[in-house]
Amino acid sequence: MDYTYTLFIPLVPLFVFLILGLLGHKMPPIVAGLIGTLGLGLSAVLSYFTAMNYFWTSHVPETAYTSIKGFEVEWLHLTEKLTIHLGVLIDPISVMMLVVITTVSLMVHIYSIGYMKGDPGFYRFFSFLSLFSFSMLGLVLATNIFQMYIFWELVGVSSFLLIGFYYEKPSAVAASKKAFIVTRFADLGFLIGILMLSFNTGTFDFQTLTDPHGPAIAQAGGVAFMGMSVLTWSLIFIFVGGAGKSAMFPFHIWLPDAMEGPTPVSALIHAATMVVAGVYLVARLFPVFALGAPDALHVVAWIGGFSSIFAAVIACTQTDIKRVLAFSTMSQIGYMMLALGVSGYGGEEGLGFMASNFHLFTHAMFKALLFLGAGAVIHAVHSNEIGDMGNLRKYLPITHITFLIACLTIAGIPPFSGFFSKDEILAAAFRDNKLLFAIEYIVAGLTAFYMFRLYYGIFWGKKTHYHHTPHEAPKVMTIPLLILAFGSVFAGFLPFHNLVTSDGKSFESHIDWMIAIPSVLIGVLGIAIATVMYKSETAIPDKMAQSFKHLYKWASRKFYMDEVYLFVTRKIIFRYISMPIAWFDRHIVDGTMNGIAGITQYAAYSIKGLQSGKLQQYAFVFVSGTVILVLIFVYLV
Amino acid sequence: MNILNLFVIIPMLTVGGILLTKDLKQSRLVSAIGMGFQLILSFVLVYLYLKERQAGNTAAMLFTYDALWFPSLNIHYALGVDGISVAMIALTGIVVFAGIFASWKMELLPREFFISLIILASGVFGFFISLDLFTMFLFYELAVIPMYLLIGIWGSGPKEYSAMKLTLMLMAGSAMLLVGLLGIYFFSSPDPHALTFNLIEISKAHIPIGMQRFLFPFTFIGFGILGALFPFHTWSPDGHASAPTAVSMLHAGVLMKLGGYGAFRVAIFLMPEAAHEQAWIFLILTAISVVYGAFSAIVQTDLKYINAYSSVSHCGLVLFAVLMMNQTAMNGAIVQMISHGLMTALFFALIGMIYGRTHTRLINEMGGLMKVIPFLGVVYVIAGLASLGLPGFSGFVAEMIIFVGSFQHTDLFHRVITIVAASSIVITAVYILRVVGTLLLGPIKNDHFLHLEDAKWYERISTITLVIAITAIGTAPYWLTDMINYSLVPIVQKLSSIQLTSLY
Repeated sequence: MDYTYTLFIPLVPLFVFLILGLLGHKMPPIVAGLIGTLGLGLSAVLSYFTAMNYFWTSHVPETAYTSIKGFEVEWLHLTEKLTIHLGVLIDPISVMMLVVITTVSLMVHIYSIGYMKGDPGFYRFFSFLSLFSFSMLGLVLATNIFQMYIFWELVGVSSFLLIGFYYEKPSAVAASKKAFIVTRFADLGFLIGILMLSFNTGTFDFQTLTDPHGPAIAQAGGVAFMGMSVLTWSLIFIFVGGAGKSAMFPFHIWLPDAMEGPTPVSALIHAATMVVAGVYLVARLFPVFALGAPDALHVVAWIGGFSSIFAAVIACTQTDIKRVLAFSTMSQIGYMMLALGVSGYGGEEGLGFMASNFHLFTHAMFKALLFLGAGAVIHAVHSNEIGDMGNLRKYLPITHITFLIACLTIAGIPPFSGFFSKDEILAAAFRDNKLLFAIEYIVAGLTAFYMFRLYYGIFWGKKTHYHHTPHEAPKVMTIPLLILAFGSVFAGFLPFHNLVTSDGKSFESHIDWMIAIPSVLIGVLGIAIATVMYKSETAIPDKMAQSFKHLYKWASRKFYMDEVYLFVTRKIIFRYISMPIAWFDRHIVDGTMNGIAGITQYAAYSIKGLQSGKLQQYAFVFVSGTVILVLIFVYLV
Repeated sequence: MNILNLFVIIPMLTVGGILLTKDLKQSRLVSAIGMGFQLILSFVLVYLYLKERQAGNTAAMLFTYDALWFPSLNIHYALGVDGISVAMIALTGIVVFAGIFASWKMELLPREFFISLIILASGVFGFFISLDLFTMFLFYELAVIPMYLLIGIWGSGPKEYSAMKLTLMLMAGSAMLLVGLLGIYFFSSPDPHALTFNLIEISKAHIPIGMQRFLFPFTFIGFGILGALFPFHTWSPDGHASAPTAVSMLHAGVLMKLGGYGAFRVAIFLMPEAAHEQAWIFLILTAISVVYGAFSAIVQTDLKYINAYSSVSHCGLVLFAVLMMNQTAMNGAIVQMISHGLMTALFFALIGMIYGRTHTRLINEMGGLMKVIPFLGVVYVIAGLASLGLPGFSGFVAEMIIFVGSFQHTDLFHRVITIVAASSIVITAVYILRVVGTLLLGPIKNDHFLHLEDAKWYERISTITLVIAITAIGTAPYWLTDMINYSLVPIVQKLSSIQLTSLY
């Protein structure tokens, strides 16, 4: 099967971006919106077609899925061995990502036609969305790690532009800056990792790198530094980049602030697609991790596990609904990372790999749904604060039902999709590491708790008096909600163990009821506690906050991570590095230069008397000189 | 007639033409036409060069021309270009063209201004086409001298101080350079009657290693001063801050490239052994430039100072890569020169245009300009993104080639210093986003800025030309890198052969 046409999946949004970017201001807004949406619709259709084709139509049953280069062109020749190519790589995870990205992006495009209505930057919004879609699609289709890095950066800048979309708001500007710089810092790690990896393996190409018998994995042995091999170190550095984009601890601080962007953007970029790029990166290089550098994989597992519980605790205390969702995203991505970290390579060993991608898929659906639902709520009440909401179920029936479905899904209640994917992750963790497994159990309970705290806070609880009666969002916004709700409910029935596996071969996978039943129970427990505490107004939450005063305070301040970063940037970098350097430059370096000039000038002034032009003085010097010379000659020679 | 002669003749004719004009309108028109021709000619040269190469001409230098003009010292007017100089000429053509349009409203002594500017440009063109070291030096001086007048007369702020400082520091560089060049001349041939200034012939001879050790630092630092080598860079912030827009553009855009180009073409190419021995010292200095310039830029509040320090950082990377002395890194150095030339010219053009409207360059006094001057705002963001190395723009290509090239050295010293230099990509992001955030975004701070006019047609020509060039290199870099790579082969061969025979 020829997959050259897949090139158009990213190229169509690129053209749309150029058209809207250059001519958008001359169009009526609705035309710009339609061009953007139709362009993405075309990409989505092509993606679905590719998925059908790859997974079913042209796949010979009982064989492994292979990776196919649909298209590749040389872009830049670096050294004798290293050349950057741009191309399209078709394999199970990239095809799955195509479906995820185009689906969510299309929903967000449609939704935004309603949500952004009347905004003066309407066309700009759609052109940025197209730029983002182009970059993200290019990222997942990358045939080599350098192409991925290129699109990685482009994704970063589209995120920057979209977070700062309301550029007249100082908080949005600050948030966009923070997101870009934090991820950029992590990208430096990614770059160093790429340099190390490519130098030692002589290639950027994913197919060569991940070949179990290829040069990368063959050279895995040897100790380079601190008891780990070069390969391990390069993968850890690469993972740093992934951790930055995926908001893993300690690079997560940009994600909550990124909620300053318009809500559809949060749904697309900061929930469903860009933030899982780190997961995708590890999954893309998974054979190298699993076969060549298990130590690096442990790092992935622990960072993921820690981030998931860290974020879940914080999420319980936040009052801004988008920030609750942001921390929830971080927590769920931690799950995905952990699943990759505990996975082995090949067959059933690769359960964690499959589970991670499965969860990525279902999470994209339900988290996008949650964000778009939150957007509909914000649209109705014009506030992000949970305190300004309550009892909205009567006013926003569709949003209410879809939001409830999403909450049940993320809480892992069967038969919704989250149950299946989370169960696989827990099963994979159970096999590998009991401690991580225990952590994930707790996180499952916390997740159910904070999601229902949010749900009750928005749709039940106290009767809030609204200035304007909140009204349900227009159809253009509710239809995407319904479609995503449909996806959240049924995505769990996809046979992922047949489609997306670590080595391309399918394996048997069953629900492990010994793990599933307790995990459902803990989810139900979390929901029950939330129901008691938040369904109607009670004093329990305050009492709880009182009795866990310190923990509550620390968690609500996000464990002071922002303050730590502020200290590092404001105090250390700005005040203790940059200011002294600037001072040093002006006063020492330049001072020396001026000093030299000054000395020259001083010397000139000092000897200028010798050229005074006064004849008497010349005569005097001349005579004295002659006398001295005569005396010297007479007496000394 | 040799096409390369035109690069000197057209500016002369343009200068003659300007002498006949009466006012601003006429002189800028003549300049624009002359430099428009020059721009077209640059691209014709690129085309002819590529055609010649495709036809199978493998000579190191093409379009050579030679005329003896000072027999007793064997000084020639020798011309010739390879892929590297062709690329630099194209850069100069673009920047000069954009510079003319950026000075469209030069009210004060317009004729004299354009004449000085074009003499400067002709010096730069002459430098890049010369093969004779003495003639090269002559053109170099021709480019540096008008700078004094341009800043001293048409500048702003403490212009006399800045002009003096810049000229004196660059003259100190020239003095060192002259020592280096004369030294090279006297050892250019074992036969004292066959001494030559010709670059290609000297490269075939072998300068004694003892002499190289002595001459290399003179030549390298001499060029390095112009390339803003730490700690000899302080002329740059003051000079740029006081210089009028087009002069900043030309100076940072092309004149500073003379330093990088000369360091590579003369110092390293002719004295490879000493270069190998002493590279570590200069690598440390350049790595300091890269990081130090970027950190200094973080706390500056004057737009021109920010950009001047940013230039210190980016030009530091040029010299850094040159000193890595392998094919990939050197290729990166050339691309970085071109990329930085275009980006910084764009920045200075924009700064001039913004200053012309707001009458301040302090970012704290401005804010929210995106709302009132969207065209300039968007272009500023593009320039910023290009400067911080976003893929799709030239800066990314250059930086990546440099880092990959530098990483090909296996020893720890080169590795560590590469990582230090690479960390500048983060620091650059900090100062660029700080400027963009404070200057363009956020609420409008000052009511006076509510009714600023967006870019005029001539300003659009100036900026769009540069944006197109930056994006063209960023999206399709291979034609440029291939052209450079081809010409780097003989140079790298010389470097590596000598490294093996005489050092180890």
